[in-house]
Parts: sequence; C-alpha cells; structure tokens
Amino acid sequence: MKAAQPKAPGEEGLRQSMSWLHTWAGLIFGWVLFAMFLTGSLAFFRPEITRWMQPEIQVQPVPAVQAVETAQRYLAGHAPDARRWFITPPSDREPLIQLLYQTPKPKPGERGFVRVKLDPATGQAVTARQTRGGDFFYRFHFELETAFPWGRWLASIAGMFMLVAIISGIITHKKIFADFFTFRPKKGGQRAWMDGHNVLSVLGLPFHLMITFSGLVLFMVMLMPAGILAVYDTPRDYTNEVFKSSRVTPPQNRPAPLVAIAPLVEQAQQHWQGRLGRVTVNNPGDAGATITLVRSVSDGVSYGLLAPYMRFDGATGALQEAQDERSATAATAGVITGLHLGLFAEPVLRWLYFLVSLAGTAMVATGLVLWIAKRRQKARPGDAREAFSLRLVDGLNAGTIAGVVFGVAAVFLANRLLPADMPGRQVWEVRAFFLAWGGSLVYAFLFPRRKWRDLLAVAAAALALVPVVNALTTNRHLGVSLPQGDWVMAGFDLTCLASALVFGWMARRAAMARQAPARTAGKPRAARSETVKAAVAAAAPAATPAATPAATPAASSTAAVFPVPHEPAVPAARPQTPLEPRGETP
Amino acid sequence: MMRYRFAVLSRATAAILGGYALASAAAACLAVWLPLGRADAVTAAQMLSFVVYACGVIWVFATRNAWRAWAGILGPAALLGGLFLAHRLAAAA
Repeated sequence: MKAAQPKAPGEEGLRQSMSWLHTWAGLIFGWVLFAMFLTGSLAFFRPEITRWMQPEIQVQPVPAVQAVETAQRYLAGHAPDARRWFITPPSDREPLIQLLYQTPKPKPGERGFVRVKLDPATGQAVTARQTRGGDFFYRFHFELETAFPWGRWLASIAGMFMLVAIISGIITHKKIFADFFTFRPKKGGQRAWMDGHNVLSVLGLPFHLMITFSGLVLFMVMLMPAGILAVYDTPRDYTNEVFKSSRVTPPQNRPAPLVAIAPLVEQAQQHWQGRLGRVTVNNPGDAGATITLVRSVSDGVSYGLLAPYMRFDGATGALQEAQDERSATAATAGVITGLHLGLFAEPVLRWLYFLVSLAGTAMVATGLVLWIAKRRQKARPGDAREAFSLRLVDGLNAGTIAGVVFGVAAVFLANRLLPADMPGRQVWEVRAFFLAWGGSLVYAFLFPRRKWRDLLAVAAAALALVPVVNALTTNRHLGVSLPQGDWVMAGFDLTCLASALVFGWMARRAAMARQAPARTAGKPRAARSETVKAAVAAAAPAATPAATPAATPAASSTAAVFPVPHEPAVPAARPQTPLEPRGETP
Repeated sequence: MMRYRFAVLSRATAAILGGYALASAAAACLAVWLPLGRADAVTAAQMLSFVVYACGVIWVFATRNAWRAWAGILGPAALLGGLFLAHRLAAAA
C-alpha cells in the first residue's frame, strides 16, 4: 500500500476493491487459518489417529446391545451415584466402549467428568499410554488450544475472515472456468503461484464455501445471540428446545433401581432400522432417572447435532418421548453441520473429504506465498519498510507452513518416543507440537535465506521418520500391518511417507530456486498462451485486454489478482519458493 | 497516506463492528417475523445472519466512498432493528 496516490478501497472498480479485500482478509488470519485447515483435515480421521497413537490397544468391536450391557455393569459397579452416565458403543472406526460420567461432588473448579474406555471383550478398563490422540487435532481446529471461550471466538473470527476472503475472491475471479485449466508452473514466480492458488481454490470451491459457512453455523448460538434473545429469555431455553436429546432431566431424590438398558437399545435399533450412537442416563439409581438413546450420526448426513432419539423412564423402562422427523429448518441446519463434521462419510468419501480439505490447506498456503510473490514484484529497491513487511510475512509463512506440518509430525514422534508410562506424557505430546512450530518460526527469522529449504526438509524428514520410529518402537509397523491388512496402521504410516515425499520434493524445489534465482526474470509476454486447453486459448485474447485497464491507472494500491499481461523484469535475488505447499498425515 | 489509513480504518470498523450490528439486527428481526415455529425461526434467522454479515462486509468495501459504506450498514441495521422493536411493541400491546 505504498502507491503514489493511494486510494481508499472502493474508489476503484468493484473487482479492484474486491481484490484488495481478498488480499487483506486472507492475509490477516492466514496463518491461523492454515493451522485450522490442516488440523481440521486431520480431524476427519480422529478415531484412526487415536488408534495409531495407542498401538497397544488391539480389540474387536462387539454389537451395541452387548456393549451397553457391559457398560452398564461397569458403571453400576464404579459410578453408581454419578449424576449422569454417557455410553458410546463401539463402531467400525472405534472398537472400544467409551464411557463418561459426572461425579456428584466434583472438586471446586472442576466439572467432575471421568472418562473411561472399556475393552468390550473383558469389560475391564483398558490401560494404554496416555495421549489425547486425534482429539488434540480436533479440538485445536476450533479452540486453538486457547482457554474457553476465547479460542472458539478467535477461530470463529478467523472463519468469518475466510468467508469474506472466499466471496471477495470469487467476485475478483471473473474467468473462473478458464483459469481452472490454466497452470503454468514453468513460468515461475508470481504467475505459477497464481495459477496454483486458483486451481486449488476453484477445484474445491463448493467444499471451501460449505466448510467455512458451516463452521460458523456450528457456533452460531455463541456467535449470534441476538436472534435467540429476541425470542427466548436465555440461550439455554433455546438449546433445550432444539437439542431435546441432551436435555438434563431433574432427579426426584427417591432411590429406585435402573432398568436394564440393553433391551431398550434393541427396541430403538429395531425402530430406527439403524445404529445406536450414544446412551445418556440422567440420575441413575433415582426414581427420576431417564435413559436417552440417540441414533448414530453416521447414519445420515442431516444428523450432525440433531440425530433422532428416544427417551425412556429409567425406573420403569416406559417410552417417554421420541423424535424421528424434524422440521425442514432443523433438517437444513442438521445437513449444514453434518456436512462440516463429515461423520456420515464412509471410507472413500472420507478420503475425498481429507484430500479436498488438504487442497483448502494448500489454498491458504499458496495465497500467503502469493502475497509475497506479488509484492516483491512491485517493491522498489531500497524501500526499507517494504523490505521489513516482506521479511515478516515471508518468515511467518515459512515458519507456519513448514512449521505446523513439522509440529504434527512431532506429535506423532513424541507419542512413540516418550516413555509409555511417563506421567503427564499427553501434555508433552502437545508441547512437542508447539515447540516444533515455535522453533520453526524462530529459525525462519534467524536464517531468512535458507528458511524455506531447511524447514521444508525438516518437515519432510520428520514425516518420514514417523513410520521408522513406529517400526522401532512397536510391532505394528508396515512390515506387519500390510500383510495383515491392518489398514488403520498401514494407512497412517503410508500417508506419512507420501506426505514426506511431497515435502521432500518441495524442499528440493526450494533449494533449486535458491541456486537459480534469476530464472524467472523477464519472459516475453508472447509466451502467455501456454495454457492447456484450446478453450482457454480461445478465451485468453478476450480476457487479456480486459485485465489491462485493471492494472493501469492506480493499480498501485490494490494487488490485482489477475496475471497482468506483462511481467516486470525485477524479481532478481528472491528466494523463489516451490509449488504447492501441501500435504499431511492421515 | 494518513488519509488513506484513516479510510481503511473507517471501512474496517464499518465492516467488522457495523457488519456485526447489521447481522444481529437481521437475526433479531427475522427471528420474530419469520412465519415459522419459534425454534425454527430463530435457527433460520441465525444461519441467515452470517450471510447478511458477509454481504455487509462486501458492501462496505465495494462501495464508492466511506459515507455510503456507513450508510449502507447503519441504515438497514436501523430498519431491521426497528422492525424487531415494532414486533415487540405489537406483542406487548
């Protein structure tokens, strides 16, 4: 924004001002969004990551009816006076029985929730290394490891910036179809980044829009209280009315034995012709006990936060209430949130989710790098403030894009290398993430010239080490998991290796770019039609003149998003960065 | 340069805070006026409010000058807020 006559946004054409908005809305939260996109992609494989991170657990799932019987026996013995029980039966993805209960008198300042995982075969609590597993990535994705509710607010604000960046990006982008087929990596510099950014963004555009909007909808009770308070006295009244299945029913303070839950599960599954998702028992052992059965969210896209449920009297077993059909509005909200959570997605679709989400991650990364590539072109030599902002953003880019990936690999390495019986080891796994990320940022600013090459190489090496360390510390490595067809373990290790290859390639490109920095300088504009399809070649002549006025008068203050028809021959000794920072682990 | 910075600050404020006020007003207005059940009206109003917010932000940065940017946010916000209050008064009467 150092132009001769700076103009405020909006004082030029619509496309110019939207380009300005896209540039800055994308930049401000870009690094947070990169970390959110990456950890969110990983969260689609939350149970699988947890299973990899607890390799000593090898159990077979059992049917829900049997699992609930086992769970009730355990809870009646270990938590008879708890206020609430939650039972999650095993699924195809998570073979353990997961229990959660709320103790009657928690210590001050604690909510008193106790979490237990049962082996469905023995009915005993499993003991394994302490780890947050895939939950860490899941929670980091929307809480950023920051205290409640600030992390959620920060993530939501970043999401709102993302939504604005996407919409302004679309408006800026007039030949959205033609650019889809345009990728000119050989051109190097700004144009290659531009094409890469465009392809990644347009390819997954419906997904990117959906995931950003639905992320906001997931937190709308917190974010937009005005709508609720216009009608209800408190947000709690609204959530009680909408999320009926999680309503807390009051005790009657008279003891009464709890009925067997398993037959009710059988009844519910018969009624739904579907699977059980979760059992909630309020006030077990009290005459006012209730048993709420919620259908599995994997059974339907629209079940996001509002799956069908049945509530039974805990003392008599009589059906109190049930809900199968919901209003069109509630179903719409259910589809929107269900699409975000992706729990309905079976393996093939889940991988598609993962890959498109990684494309989104790469979209954010290429956008951040593009900011640099464009500004370098315009920068006048000797402009100290400009040099400072370029150095700052470039350092944050390298330290975050390579650093977060290194951090993810560091979590997995710490999981295998920290002693399995070490107290508080799950805290150190999380610290490994932040140490790796923070260390990468420090390195990026200490060694600005070699940061990209070195940090990408470190990320690649750390990813490649994950399957190696797994082989050295467990007996569930690729040599075993592949022949056994153990696709959770094998898929994880193979994904780490594939990501390591991608990052190794990127590190190599970064090293090459550093050795041949003048490669991109001044190519004649005649070479522009290196486009892939004939259709594009046809569209190009029309598009090029149209882009020209955008770049003429005071394009200065805006960063025009379109490949300007001529490329100034300035970019000399810039460490030109490689294509497509992308990739991850399962 | 200062003028430019002030213009950006003014628009950013209009977009972020003004946009939130507009979205809140839209949520409140729709929540009471939408011809749906109480919970459904609130749910629909809240979901739509994010669309309103995004459109507000786009307007602020797309329009010619800062006056129009502010007017385009505060005018509709006042209108929607007024409609909400009108419903309140009508219900109380």
